[in-house]
Amino acid sequence: MKRPSLTLLFLFLLSSVLQAQKVEFSTQIQPILAKHCIVCHGPDKAESGLRLTSSESAYAALESGAHAVVPGKPGQSELLARVTSAEDDRMPPEGDPLTASEISLLKQWITDGAEFDIHWAYRPVANPPLPSVNLVGTANPIDAFVIARLMERGLNLSDQAEPAILVKRLYYDLLGIPPTPEEVDSFLNDRSEGAYLTLVNKLLDSPHFGERWGRHWLDKARYADSDGYEKDRPRPNAWRYRDWVIHAINEDLPFDQFTIQQLAGDLLSDPTDLGLLATAFHRQTLTNTEGGTDKEQFRIEATFDRTETTSAVWMGLTMTCARCHTHKYDSISQREYYQLFGFFNDSNEGNTEVSASRAALAKYNRDLQEYETKTVDLREELEAAKKEFAPRINGVLQELERQVSAPDSVSFDVASPVRLKTSGKSKLEELPDQSLLATGEILDKDEYTLFFDSPKKPLTGIKVELLTDDRLASNGPGRAPNGNFVLSSVRLYRGRDAEFKDYEAIKLVSAEADFSQSKFEPDGILKKDGKSGWAIAPETGKPHQITIYTTEPVELKEFPYIQIVLDQQYGGQHTIGRFRVSLMSGFNPARALPASLVKGLQTPAQDRDAAQQDELARFAAHRIPATAKLIGQLAKLDSEAPKTPTMTVRIMQPATRTTKVLHRGDFLTPREEVSNSALAVVARTHPLAARQKDQRPDRLDLAQWLVDPRHPLTARVTVNHVWARLFGRGLVPTVNDFGVRGEAPTHPKLLDWLAWTFPREMGWSRKELIRTIVTSSTYRQSSRHRADLRKVDATNRLFGRQNRVRVEAEIIRDLNLSVSGLLSSKIGGPSVFPPLPPGVAELSYANNFKWKTSDGEDRYRRGMYTFFKRTSPHPTLISFDCPDSNTTSLQRTSSNTPLQALATLNNEVFTEAAQSMARRVLQQQGEDDDRLVYALRLCTVRSPSERQLVRFRDLLAACRKYYGQHPDDAKALTKQHMADGTTVEENAAWVATVRMILNLDEFIVRD
Amino acid sequence: MNPIQQHLIRSRRQFLNTTASGLGLAGLGSMLTQDGLLSAASAADSDVVNPLAPRQPHHDARAKACIFIFMAGAPSHLDLFDPKPILKERHGQPLPKTMLEKVRFAFISKDKALLQGSPFKFHPRGECGMELSEVLPHLGTVADELLLVRSLHTDQFNHHPGQLLMQCGRGTFGLPTMGSWLTYGLGSASQNLPGYVVLTSGRGSSGGATLWQSGFLPSTHAGVLFRNQGEPVLNLSNPGGIPLELQREGLNTLRDANQSRYEEVNDPEIAARIASYELAFRMQTAAPELIDLKSETKDTLDAYGIERREPAGLGGRGKQGADTWNSFARNCLLARRMVERGVRFINIIYASWDHHSNIPKELPYNAGCVDQPIAALIKDLRQRGLLDSTMVVWGSEFGRTPLGENRGGKREVGTGRDHHPYSFSMALAGGGLKGGQVYGTTDEIGWHAEENRVHVNDLHATMLHQFGLDHLKLTHRFQGRDFRLTDVGGRVIPEWIS
Repeated sequence: MKRPSLTLLFLFLLSSVLQAQKVEFSTQIQPILAKHCIVCHGPDKAESGLRLTSSESAYAALESGAHAVVPGKPGQSELLARVTSAEDDRMPPEGDPLTASEISLLKQWITDGAEFDIHWAYRPVANPPLPSVNLVGTANPIDAFVIARLMERGLNLSDQAEPAILVKRLYYDLLGIPPTPEEVDSFLNDRSEGAYLTLVNKLLDSPHFGERWGRHWLDKARYADSDGYEKDRPRPNAWRYRDWVIHAINEDLPFDQFTIQQLAGDLLSDPTDLGLLATAFHRQTLTNTEGGTDKEQFRIEATFDRTETTSAVWMGLTMTCARCHTHKYDSISQREYYQLFGFFNDSNEGNTEVSASRAALAKYNRDLQEYETKTVDLREELEAAKKEFAPRINGVLQELERQVSAPDSVSFDVASPVRLKTSGKSKLEELPDQSLLATGEILDKDEYTLFFDSPKKPLTGIKVELLTDDRLASNGPGRAPNGNFVLSSVRLYRGRDAEFKDYEAIKLVSAEADFSQSKFEPDGILKKDGKSGWAIAPETGKPHQITIYTTEPVELKEFPYIQIVLDQQYGGQHTIGRFRVSLMSGFNPARALPASLVKGLQTPAQDRDAAQQDELARFAAHRIPATAKLIGQLAKLDSEAPKTPTMTVRIMQPATRTTKVLHRGDFLTPREEVSNSALAVVARTHPLAARQKDQRPDRLDLAQWLVDPRHPLTARVTVNHVWARLFGRGLVPTVNDFGVRGEAPTHPKLLDWLAWTFPREMGWSRKELIRTIVTSSTYRQSSRHRADLRKVDATNRLFGRQNRVRVEAEIIRDLNLSVSGLLSSKIGGPSVFPPLPPGVAELSYANNFKWKTSDGEDRYRRGMYTFFKRTSPHPTLISFDCPDSNTTSLQRTSSNTPLQALATLNNEVFTEAAQSMARRVLQQQGEDDDRLVYALRLCTVRSPSERQLVRFRDLLAACRKYYGQHPDDAKALTKQHMADGTTVEENAAWVATVRMILNLDEFIVRD
Repeated sequence: MNPIQQHLIRSRRQFLNTTASGLGLAGLGSMLTQDGLLSAASAADSDVVNPLAPRQPHHDARAKACIFIFMAGAPSHLDLFDPKPILKERHGQPLPKTMLEKVRFAFISKDKALLQGSPFKFHPRGECGMELSEVLPHLGTVADELLLVRSLHTDQFNHHPGQLLMQCGRGTFGLPTMGSWLTYGLGSASQNLPGYVVLTSGRGSSGGATLWQSGFLPSTHAGVLFRNQGEPVLNLSNPGGIPLELQREGLNTLRDANQSRYEEVNDPEIAARIASYELAFRMQTAAPELIDLKSETKDTLDAYGIERREPAGLGGRGKQGADTWNSFARNCLLARRMVERGVRFINIIYASWDHHSNIPKELPYNAGCVDQPIAALIKDLRQRGLLDSTMVVWGSEFGRTPLGENRGGKREVGTGRDHHPYSFSMALAGGGLKGGQVYGTTDEIGWHAEENRVHVNDLHATMLHQFGLDHLKLTHRFQGRDFRLTDVGGRVIPEWIS
């Protein structure tokens, strides 16, 4: 590289000094305004006519006529005069005055021209040209940006990591499973130019890729297997969404589709069951089934979470503050919060049936074929019989058609009771129109019993008319203050004698009413649950009627007396005020047939569809003994037919609600109404529109707005997440905060280049993005700390080397099980219960949780399949910083605690891994050293140094000696996974040695 | 003596020389530096190596350790701490409608609910004469140490959110708990035990493990669950067949191997890993020693009520017969032993106070379980000169209603009480707090906190203050916001401070 001339260097330095003096609005001025001014002069309020949110409003004349900010003229700017004032008019009026440095920054800013520039993250994504640096070797465009920044500081990239480390890095990052020594060797021996890319492509195609990157997504989705609050009930089918994620990522579902399906799969024009399943993303919210909770409170809580999670995951913005008050820093008003909240408020929690899994569906198809082969003969026989008996079948059908088309004529006769009684001090008074008016005390609950003499014709039902009356509250017809009532049940009896000494209950089949209140349907009067019933709010003050049918015509010759009980047990004075009873005669046989059959019979024969024809033919054939027998046989086989392997999953469903701003976020104090809309900071340059004009925008519009390539945040935030997973730190280090308080990107141009190409050139392909990053020289660098870097860039913000990253909790388990040969490679399916230390599950609420340890293969599944109970998560997961799944997690912390050491040293799972790995090592042919090298390579990938080998050789010798003298301890340590052809003592010595190899820092760190 | 044993002794001696001589983890950091393991011990690196290194408080601290006794489920303040003769007089009468309009209940049917006086007698105790319920006779003997606060109130109405608010300052998930904030602010003084320990007795609480989570702080600051018998800490015992000396031998090899990796890549995280394995090993000996009560005198054991027999005929949700009384007593004694060993925050959880029914039988059972051990703990700490620097707190998520519970709308006085966030009581002792005083009042029936109202955030602010921490300054930036234990509230209460 040519050295810059001294003059140029001087000019560069000078310009950077000058540059440094220019005050930056978003990082230096906005925080001052946010801290001292915005509450009274911001989006919510503009006291004295001042609103410090944009240049227009800040430069405008104040109510006093003065100008708060006059660009370039600090002396004329009222703002400066007031914050420096020593008089009563000093701003802010309460609290500490501004510091001298804050005042001088403001002054400088006004002198510079008082620009209100937009925070970097809200600016449209640019398509930056590649810096012109000389790229060599494996470099790609990413490297151009990274190298250019390093060169500014006189640095360059580190050397490429040694090949074995590269293999390990790719396996850890892309699969979360370590490479075998054979896999490492095959890469080391492949001298072809494209060997690295071949390996990358192979790993991207592995089904375990979807597990590794699916788990990253599940962190954001706050996925768990239980409800969360208190009883924390299990969600046995939650895993189905996890399978969806794994599959979508393996299929490389483009990120825009991936987004749309999860946020609005239910609103797509033709939602598939898997599209609906994707909406379970927002069903991972917590549920409180604690006694005495207010459902609305927790519905709102879940909606808060949906709003905030969406904002955090796709836009990198934390909106929680704006729930209660306008966000001081990020210019998000409380009103805007609820405008975004509205999209999710327009939803209901629902369920749907989806196929249980791809594997289950395949099995079903096989079983179905088998079943069909088995029944084919019988079906043919039945078809033949149907043909043979066709005339008789048709005869039956014609008779049925006649009955349905010409039922007996039905008539109602108004009847006056001969006797009546109520529950207590209420009374029933008969009016001239034969109706009954309730008077006397209004009881909380009541029961009217009416006695009638026998009607002339068989009884087929009764009609009760509920009538208004101005003597009743709200005109009735009920006695409740609002005129409502609840008819909780109706019972009919026929008596042999007028006193009902001998009587029978009359069976009722159904009820119909002219109107019914939501959840108080007429059929409720037939239920015996004590809660159901028929009511009419809000249609009170008007007459109504209900008709109740008997199962069949009731003969009254031997039982000539009728008793009707109108029971009103709802409470709260929901009793009937005025009513009239009619007795019904005439029977319609259609009431005794299934509704679908009646509909088929009413349809002219030529218009019936195949299903109707089939149903009718079957029904008619059932009435002929010969065919009925065959139908019976077939029905028996049908009952054994394979069932569609569906399961019920939680999904989101569309709904419409009025959204109001909730004062201080309290669901009990709604304020003004708002409409669904996007955040202004983004919508300013990228507005959100509904698909159809004049329609209110819904979640689908929101999702499409998010994944529009013009959205300034979505692509930036998403590529940054991926970058952070591959480098241990994001280009924007505050992965979860792209707002004003977050850190600015270390490589703004690289961030934009990735955010520009990801949606456009890469078509939102996650795999393509990862491929681009992992094939860069920047990714392939060594992770060794460098003295020269350390001086200039101690925290490696410039990416002059790779970072060493401790792997996640689940992966620590996977690594241990994998090198020991125990890991199950099964992908997906229900959550599993690997061994749990005793006494842990009991800590959950009222000790209500039992952990039934899985058997067989399920004992050795990957960590991501471990059943996650929110109030009692598996302690090994939590020790290694697994998120608690109660809120979205965009970045894991990585702590280093003695509990972690204790877990990998002593926990049952890790001990078993050591035992099994010892067996694997002992199966290798060769001397001690060969076996030690093999064991070390299993865990560290590299061939050990002589120094390292000597240490473990010594340990092995020490262990041999110990177990030689302590055969009981040897036996205790080798309880399971004994190797063949070796002594217990020798085996134990290897277990104890291998156990320490499994605890090497290198093993659980991605170098 | 065989060569292995010689070697073990040699390496153990070497180990003791460098680590166990009062150096602790912080000492280990400098040891590693001396060994050239940490080439330049920058401030950042030593934080990496020991995130729990003791830190300076904001101002002089009065308290060094806290024993928080969390009575989950919400004990009835009206039957324990807050006598209400007028409530007793009006027993069986309805509450004026005006008082009912704006309140929520979990189970009480509003229009039928009747006032319920306490079935227990209250007596003045100590020189200060504070009135305590007859079911707390032992606590009465330390009345002059107690700061009894009768005017607490909270925002949460259901158990789990209420418990989160008491532990985290806000009734939501994902936040650090009190103990996390303390170790985050002050580090840990313990050489070989965790800084934040949790002990439980009886049945599990509504909040489960969320009550000792570290939220967005690293899991270094999460509570470590200790059991009071058997294996005190999860995974503490070596696998069968690995004796301690072989563990040490293996760890020496591991340390050397990790160290050589450190020399290659110079990542301070490796030094941190080495340090955490050394602390783990020390815990393996320190923790069993901690829970071994052999060195305690019989008088001490008796004072705490270890090996007490539970009275027959009480119990209910308090889990009689599950050795709950003994377990709680042991936990109180263990808490003292932990304080002596430098543990910063000990949370003793006892979750059986959700008395929707059966107060006359179940409350005396629970009170009997906790009364004697807590009183003994306060006396023991006083006698050993530890009470001034150790804050002992009796706390719960909320109180219980002056109305009797009448599930299903029965118009009769029951034997239970419903959830009540508008007022409840707590008792504190030691830690530089002014004992022998009753702070705050509730109205004549114990419904609303009236004089000197104390929000949970105020309690936390004052607790932190005693630890030398300014609750407004003890913050952690997460997702763009500076979070604190006191959420958006909190006020230090000067009257509490001695």
